[in-house]
Amino acid sequence: MSVIVTDTGFAPDDWTGGFAALDAEQTNAAALDMPSDTPESALSGAVLAAPMLRIAFPSSADGRGFTLARLLRLRGYTGRLRAQGHVIADQYAMARRSGFDEVEIDDALAARQPEDQWLFRANWQDHDYQNRLRG
Amino acid sequence: MYRYSDFDAAFVATRNRQFRAQVERRIDGSLTEDEFKPLRLMNGLYLQLHAYMLRVAVPYGTLSSAQMRQLAYIAERWDKGYGHFTTRQNIQYNWPTLGDVPDMLDALAEVQMHAIQTSGNTIRNVTADHFAGAAADEIADPRPVAELIRQWSTDHPEFQFMPRKFKIAITGSPNDRAVTRAHDIGLRMVEQDGARGFEVLVGGGLGRTPMIGKVITEFLPEADLLPYLEAIVSVWNLIGRRDNKYKARIKITVHEHGIDEIRRLVDARFAELRPAFGGVDQQMLAEFRAQFASPVLKSAPTDAYDTAYAKDPVFRSWADTNLTAHRDPDHAIVQISLKAHGATPGDASADQMRAMADLAEHYGHGELRVSHEQNIVLPHVHKSDLPQIHAILQQHTLATANIGLISDIIACPGMDYCALATARSIPIAQEIATRFDDLKLEHEIGDLKIKISGCINACGHHHVGHIGILGLDRAGVENYQITLGGDHTETAALGARTGPGFPAEEIVGAVETIVHTYLDIRESREETFIDTFRRTGMAPFKAALYPEKEAARNAA
Repeated sequence: MSVIVTDTGFAPDDWTGGFAALDAEQTNAAALDMPSDTPESALSGAVLAAPMLRIAFPSSADGRGFTLARLLRLRGYTGRLRAQGHVIADQYAMARRSGFDEVEIDDALAARQPEDQWLFRANWQDHDYQNRLRG
Repeated sequence: MYRYSDFDAAFVATRNRQFRAQVERRIDGSLTEDEFKPLRLMNGLYLQLHAYMLRVAVPYGTLSSAQMRQLAYIAERWDKGYGHFTTRQNIQYNWPTLGDVPDMLDALAEVQMHAIQTSGNTIRNVTADHFAGAAADEIADPRPVAELIRQWSTDHPEFQFMPRKFKIAITGSPNDRAVTRAHDIGLRMVEQDGARGFEVLVGGGLGRTPMIGKVITEFLPEADLLPYLEAIVSVWNLIGRRDNKYKARIKITVHEHGIDEIRRLVDARFAELRPAFGGVDQQMLAEFRAQFASPVLKSAPTDAYDTAYAKDPVFRSWADTNLTAHRDPDHAIVQISLKAHGATPGDASADQMRAMADLAEHYGHGELRVSHEQNIVLPHVHKSDLPQIHAILQQHTLATANIGLISDIIACPGMDYCALATARSIPIAQEIATRFDDLKLEHEIGDLKIKISGCINACGHHHVGHIGILGLDRAGVENYQITLGGDHTETAALGARTGPGFPAEEIVGAVETIVHTYLDIRESREETFIDTFRRTGMAPFKAALYPEKEAARNAA
């Protein structure tokens, strides 16, 4: 099982549409699983019309997903965007600021880093230099 | 000097609260050691050979007197009464305990300082010319731009878990004192048709694979800076290698993909990122410029200086070596040497820090700088105050007249502190300094930069030393390789190896041999070591260092 983290805390997964693997020649707008080594050239076409994209974080040290999320949003993706895997509570603000809507973690991580540790960073819109410098 | 906005102050306070909680969560098991490590690193906390080490950022090397006094207080309250100034214009405390670090960070915040992104796979503290705003040869003060970069890079959500660390340096002078060609990104302020901008270098670095940075754009308009930097780092964050930490730096990415391909990728990314920056950043830059406005320099006779210079040979010697031309002819830039012969290069005691803070307050508009050469700078001093300053420096063992000379050595912490080191650096630096002090040859030798690293990671910049020394471990025995001809300035070059290395007990003698060879073959006193080396090449030095080989060749 897994836990979905948003600004309001923990919740069960309400996505019932399943996920397809990202295809090199993606043509239909399905919900997709994207590995962290997805090349930026894949963030185009039908991918941008997907209802849901889930980017993998195989390790909390692998920060490629943050840049992938940012690029998706810059390229006009407006669907649901989820970071999945080894994302720790301390990275929640980074994930939200990069364009993710939510984080999916497994039960073991949710037990080790309970809801209050994630809610501690639910104020991710505060104290944000990036927000201050743009515009 | 820059003063924190309310935003900056609230940011640092919040960040410190987060780190305090992270330390507690590490202790209660919420965070694994693997998870905690990057979090403590991005807050400046290393685990060294014997203890934790806290690396505090001195943004672009600029400090106020109040900040320097607080650094002294922290050294006494939570460390062993001293600190170590580094080649990246930071200060390191070598002996804090984990539990004390949150309090140390709060103490830093009281004087608008922090340790954020002084370590970890993040964009590190931006370094700049230590003479910024004072030098006679400057196009513009680079520090407002450096402050803009500091704010942009701080807590940047995309760039906290990158393939490796990322270092940016900036110079506002054509005479490069910021080693911009040995940084992941080097920025050189230039003007084109009256418009301000930057020459941007990318992919420089030292370490085990030293590279000189390559020009990615010859002229970047000033207003494009942040989106362009973001484009470079964003491209690298995705394609930089994560399979091997020794191939992760952008210099390898540039090397493997080629500068033309990197330029193409960066230009494409820049086009995507540019619209997000609508000019607020440039308004902020203009505000920073106002904050960095030059202090009001006093106008007074310089007789006291002229008299002391004429009459006091010790003062004259110090003035000749440790002063640099200020843009105002009645002022000088003072370099305070942290390289007393036999002392640890870059170390300062709490007492010395306070003495320097007081001098800056009384005579230098309350401003100090940390140089990448691990000395302290008083950037704006009226010449009439110099004799008094020199007298006070003497009382605190800070009047060593050796800036730019053979004993003004850059040395990494080496095996005395560092878990990565394969050899000692500090004792070698101390022995070289002491030896040449005994020989009384230092001033005769003139400009000569020795840089020492205790392992191939090259924190001591040995690749760009006129004489570079690299300490290695050869089957459990320290062995020191020598390179000659390195240059850290606008004419940057990597040194070439002389040949086989030397054991610890022979390395000082080898340096002496090199120096005597130089003195023998230089065409005049005016021909510096590096100029002589460029004229003659390696041959005469090699012959002097390895006479048996030379004899064998002659016999054959």
